[in-house]
Amino acid sequence: MGSLFRSEEMALCQLFLQSEAAYACVSELGELGLAQFRDLNPDVNAFQRKFVNEVRRCDEMERKLRYLEKEIKKDGIPTMDSGELVEAPQPREMIDLEATFEKLENELREVNQNAEALKRNFLELTELKHILKKTQVFFDEMADPSRDQDEQVNLLGEEGLRAGGQSLKLGFVAGVILRERIPAFERMLWRACRGNVFLRQAEIDNPLEDPTSGDQVYKSVFIIFFQGDQLKTRVKKICEGFRATLYPCPETPNDRREMAIGVMTRIEDLNTVLSQTQDHRHRVLVAAAKNIKMWFTKVRKIKAIYHTLNLFNLDVTQKCLIAECWVPVLDLEAIHLALRRGTERSGSSVPPILNRMETKEIPPTYFRLNKFTKGFQNLIDAYGVAAYREANPTPFTIITFPFLFAVMFGDLGHGALMFLFALWMVMNEKPLIAKKSTNEIWNIFFGGRYIILLMGVFSMYTGLIYNDVFSKSLNLFGSEWFVKDSNQAIFRRKTTMLDPKTGLTDYTYPLGMDPVWQVAENKINFLNAYKMKVSIIIGVIHMMFGVMVGLWNHQFFRRRVNVICEFIPQIIFMTFLFFYLCILIFHKWVNYSAKADLDPALINEGAHCAPSVLITFINMVLFKSSEKVGECEPYMYGGQEGFQKFLVVIGLLCVPWMLCAKPYLIYKQRQLQHNKFDNVNGGSVMEEGGAAQLGAGDAAAAVPSGGHDEEESFQDVCIHQGIHTIEYVLGCVSNTASYLRLWALSLAHAQLSEVLWSMVMRIGLAQSGWYGGIVLWAIFGAWATLTLGILVLMEGLSAFLHTLRLHWVEFQNKFYAGTGYSFLPFCFESMLEAAQNAEVD
Amino acid sequence: MALCGPKLSLCCLLLSIWGVIQLALMGVFFYIKSVALVEDLPLEEEYKPTEEDMKNFYGDVDRAYSQNAFNCWIAACLYVGTFLISAQQFYMNNKSTSGTAF
Repeated sequence: MGSLFRSEEMALCQLFLQSEAAYACVSELGELGLAQFRDLNPDVNAFQRKFVNEVRRCDEMERKLRYLEKEIKKDGIPTMDSGELVEAPQPREMIDLEATFEKLENELREVNQNAEALKRNFLELTELKHILKKTQVFFDEMADPSRDQDEQVNLLGEEGLRAGGQSLKLGFVAGVILRERIPAFERMLWRACRGNVFLRQAEIDNPLEDPTSGDQVYKSVFIIFFQGDQLKTRVKKICEGFRATLYPCPETPNDRREMAIGVMTRIEDLNTVLSQTQDHRHRVLVAAAKNIKMWFTKVRKIKAIYHTLNLFNLDVTQKCLIAECWVPVLDLEAIHLALRRGTERSGSSVPPILNRMETKEIPPTYFRLNKFTKGFQNLIDAYGVAAYREANPTPFTIITFPFLFAVMFGDLGHGALMFLFALWMVMNEKPLIAKKSTNEIWNIFFGGRYIILLMGVFSMYTGLIYNDVFSKSLNLFGSEWFVKDSNQAIFRRKTTMLDPKTGLTDYTYPLGMDPVWQVAENKINFLNAYKMKVSIIIGVIHMMFGVMVGLWNHQFFRRRVNVICEFIPQIIFMTFLFFYLCILIFHKWVNYSAKADLDPALINEGAHCAPSVLITFINMVLFKSSEKVGECEPYMYGGQEGFQKFLVVIGLLCVPWMLCAKPYLIYKQRQLQHNKFDNVNGGSVMEEGGAAQLGAGDAAAAVPSGGHDEEESFQDVCIHQGIHTIEYVLGCVSNTASYLRLWALSLAHAQLSEVLWSMVMRIGLAQSGWYGGIVLWAIFGAWATLTLGILVLMEGLSAFLHTLRLHWVEFQNKFYAGTGYSFLPFCFESMLEAAQNAEVD
Repeated sequence: MALCGPKLSLCCLLLSIWGVIQLALMGVFFYIKSVALVEDLPLEEEYKPTEEDMKNFYGDVDRAYSQNAFNCWIAACLYVGTFLISAQQFYMNNKSTSGTAF
């Protein structure tokens, strides 16, 4: 029976697939997502598996796709998700895909290489242009203005011709070098050429683009004058060493001008070619961007199918693949259908065979969840996945979790804020899911939107009961308290006490706390008593319910021994001690009233005679008798002393019952088994029947597999039982006290709320004058922000945490094993989602 | 024209809606002289038990209630203004991010 209460029944199935049909069948099963395959070749290396070549090809395709995606992202082209279901393609389609990707990749690489070469060319031409411009300056500076405007000016003028007697021909080289390298370059030149070369340099103002890295770098133009060939070689070598690019620069100004013009035209041509190359690249990428998401999905699906096929075994005849999978029993029909579809698609004639296997292994735990229950199941799974087919705490958690949260958070205003936020998330579910946000905190809040919705609704309810709206009370029905004193008397006193004997009408406020308590100074004293008692009552009920769920588990797994030896003493212990405490609380609430003090005969039912429940309980456990105080009876009803003693004795007797009964029964059982096996030669059917009867319904007892090696040694059984008993007994006391956090947190929340109002909002409200409105406008903003930040967010998270702890520890340690493992079926959806998340990271 | 980014304008928008609703309601509660808000009134520190002071007290309380009611309504109106400004900012921010898609 598929339900949230217990995990699904799972079956281990063996699947025989014909090799031709295997791919299609696995593809259908992947779309269905209901089978968890086991690895039948755990010892085989990844590189020795059958389909390793196909997986390698898929990896290669993925690599090409990633390269394409990177280029697409670099250009900032958006990639659309078509949103349709992309099916895993046939194996023969893989070759087409490979060819397409290969072509695209080659084209793109070619385009990129060409672009790089063009850019290099462009860079050279630009540098040459700068050189020609700057060297003009150098040559102009050399020209003496007093000389004639003859353009044929030698660099050194007449002196150069006269000095050596022969014409000194100065050679020069011109080039471009990175600006950072110039000082070292100069120094090197000076030293290497012994100061016989002359360097002039000028900076290039615009940064140039480096073709390989794409960075913008600053360069300078330099020109070096030297005499003779040896210096020339030396200079050239140094330039090479400093990676300066040398350019041929003509000597005469006319040639330089012609060259400059030529360079400009070539630069313009190159620009055109470059822009056309970029356009082409852009077009190729845009065309690819339309399909890239679909290609990714296809390739990932193919890879997943081949990974799964690698888990299968090849049978003896080499024609057939064998697979083992866990399948929910209720879905066997769906699996059969999927397999039939797969065989039809692949055109194979042999139908696949699916048969169930009996196994002693523990199956995985599988819950059928919808978007509402998934959040709550995640909360429980975070502590531990339910053991196979044990009772699932989730359906109860759906109500108890928001309720316990609300007891700690109770404020109508804050609850309303939480509710509205969750409502917005739930109403806008679909567009918010489609956004695929990567913000982790947002994803956590969004994943828990139904939890927050319920928490908000329940908080609004408890806010009504505590009568607390942003720390103010609502007077919906009119207070039942009234003041009898005259105005004069009230004005004379600082505080006025309203006695419930005289200041209270005969009716009670219909829903929640009377609003008068908000203006009372002893509000906390009153509420404390109420909230503490309510916390204990809720706690005891929650824990007793946990023990009952344990009983359902025992009944389901037919562990009668556990029912007698664990459940019954546990429930008796808890009921006789802690449920009795709750009954005392209710009795005190009902039987004692303030009005009774008005009648002297009813003095024992008056408020000031009511005995303290806590003291009564402590005296009960310590077997102390209570003394009469003044006129008041220490006991609440007749025979209480004797009855309480009886309860405590029985409760204490439960402890050795829990400790010893089960080990003793197991011991007896094993003795019987030993005796039975000792007479195994003459073993009659009746003896076996007897032993079988004792062993029936007793899965907790050791399976008699042999004489001496049993599942658990007797010592272990005793130790486990001891631990269990101590845990339960001490846990009863400490867990009951632990539920007092319901009181503590609700008190803290109420006080924080009050402090925020009185410290912040009151500043805006206590202004006398018309500018108070403006001050209030500003103060309200601050108050609202603090309310959201401190009271809703921080207190909300705190109460959430405490509620979670109460569930995980106090409730679940009464029955929950949590030792299972999750059912992780082979499902394309989850695999694609995981791949997408990994991609983003 | 954009004074604040998309997030700030959205925050101010939601805050002003909350402010309008809550301050209007608080104004109503002050106007009907609800006892729950008595500690938020701007009153004198001490009133002596003389006839005069007692009369003053009742007068002061009535005045304080009305004053606070009007203050709350003024603040609510200011928040209506804030709402309009943030709504305009919000729409402007939205238009600039999604307007040029075709």
